[in-house]
Amino acid sequence: MAEYEPVIGFEIHAELATHSKIFCGCSTEPGAPPNTHTCPICLGLPGVLPVLNRTALEYGLKVALACHCSVPSPSIFERKNYYYPDLPKNYQISQKRSPIGLDGWFEFEVDGQPKRVSIIDIHLEEDAGKLIHPEERSAAGQSLVDFNRAGVPLLEIVSGPDLRSIAEAEAYMAGMRQLLLYLDVSHARMELGQIRFEANISVRPKGSTTLGKRVEVKNVNSFRTVTRAIEYEIDRQIEAYEQGERVLQETRLWDEARGMTVAMRSKEESHDYRYFPEPDLVPMVFTTEYLNGLLAQQPELPAARRTRFIEQFGLPAYDAAILTSEKAFADFIDAAVALGVSPKAVSNWMMGEMLRLLNERGLAPEAMPVQPRQLVELIALVEAGRINTTQAKKVFEEMFETGRDAEAIVQDRGFAQISDTSALEAIVDAVLTANPEPAARYAAGEDKPLGFLVGQVMRESRGQANAPMVNELLRRRLRGE
Amino acid sequence: MALTREEVEHVALLSRLEFGEGEIERFTEQLNSILEHFTALQEADTSQISATTHVVPMLNVLRDDEARPSCTPDEALQNAPERSDDFFKVPRVVE
Ligand SMILES: [Zn+2]
Repeated sequence: MAEYEPVIGFEIHAELATHSKIFCGCSTEPGAPPNTHTCPICLGLPGVLPVLNRTALEYGLKVALACHCSVPSPSIFERKNYYYPDLPKNYQISQKRSPIGLDGWFEFEVDGQPKRVSIIDIHLEEDAGKLIHPEERSAAGQSLVDFNRAGVPLLEIVSGPDLRSIAEAEAYMAGMRQLLLYLDVSHARMELGQIRFEANISVRPKGSTTLGKRVEVKNVNSFRTVTRAIEYEIDRQIEAYEQGERVLQETRLWDEARGMTVAMRSKEESHDYRYFPEPDLVPMVFTTEYLNGLLAQQPELPAARRTRFIEQFGLPAYDAAILTSEKAFADFIDAAVALGVSPKAVSNWMMGEMLRLLNERGLAPEAMPVQPRQLVELIALVEAGRINTTQAKKVFEEMFETGRDAEAIVQDRGFAQISDTSALEAIVDAVLTANPEPAARYAAGEDKPLGFLVGQVMRESRGQANAPMVNELLRRRLRGE
Repeated sequence: MALTREEVEHVALLSRLEFGEGEIERFTEQLNSILEHFTALQEADTSQISATTHVVPMLNVLRDDEARPSCTPDEALQNAPERSDDFFKVPRVVE
């Protein structure tokens, strides 16, 4: 069997996080009752005039600039004509000939290696409404339309077919989502449809430079399903080539229930969009000063932040990668360190307890209930010897559940570390009297019994003894060190 | 550049227009005579003129990102051919 390699590219649609729609003042807030965020403009009534949202344009340009695109001037809007009930005007205002970004690139890491993907174009457009297909028998033959989403600003990012493995595809998707979050231009929550991935996939014999027939996969709504759909397509296409069958250039839908892609039935989809310039929107021209101003606002992007965490904070590369994978994590550690605590201490808490609890509760990083200040206070209590690390973990968990401060939890639960020498000496004495044999062995130079003796002291003190002090006391008492 | 009957049928489909017997032929003829006028336009020398996408001498018309009140669902739906609660009701479209 010949060896094949997949060739994958993406069209990413991201809703921009503006307050109002791209061409009218209707709210973009998700979750509103049906058809409460509509007006004559986004309903496509005759005679209305769309006016471009300044922030939507800025957000789009920020992404184009971060992806090293050239920005054509003038950039224009065009009408993409097709009929579908979720599109009230029977055309979508989009960009084709002169979008806001052209010929850029995006770099990210795959297994620690840099990978660069070409960005063919980045353009602004308006989202469509939402279709609902009721299940009840009484609603047979009907679909329902909610136009709240119609006109929400969308940014489409089209990559070149430069990805060669599932791992690269996954890293690209994660990297692009991360970029949008870092630039603060989209909430990019996949489960809310705020970011959507359409992969185009072909396979070819390894070493070949020609491209096979590409298949576009739609209807994927989680990172996991995109990956599954790509895996399925690669296998299906290889199988077809092996059997001497043809792979058609087509759009296929992911069928979650059956775990496979299925060819779209309708042949309507003729891709005859007859783009022409939108006469209701005037061209946009950008001065170099304006674009440089936007570039100057660009925040520290993930790669730069990762490097800083390694070099300035002294974090291991792995920890730095995890903590920059989500903007919320990176912001958290920066905020905590700014309050004057060691980056390593913060990182240890985040990599351990915080990630564990977020995972267990199924919470997004942005929903993290503990504030940086609260963790800093907890770390301070440990460093001051007020509580030991076992107790601190319990405090952190309670803090995570209730949002209460460490000090209050420590008081309520009666957590206090016994660091008082005379109190510790009393417990140590009692333990030595009760365990003469291990004590004698340790005194005679054997190291092993020390752990057992410390453990006994911890048990006697119900976990509240200051462990380093107990060690020191035992050494002093039995070995005169 | 004569337009064929098939091209006219295709454009009719894209425009969701249905024609009766004889109409396709008639429109093919009429559209072809309109297109002939464009051949006259194509003779004009445009080599010194840059492409125009817009006829109004305006650029960069933008509005601030402020949400404003929308229509009520009843206002939005008043021209809907059919409604179901606060939704527009349309013939079933599903893949
Ligand atoms: Zn509107």
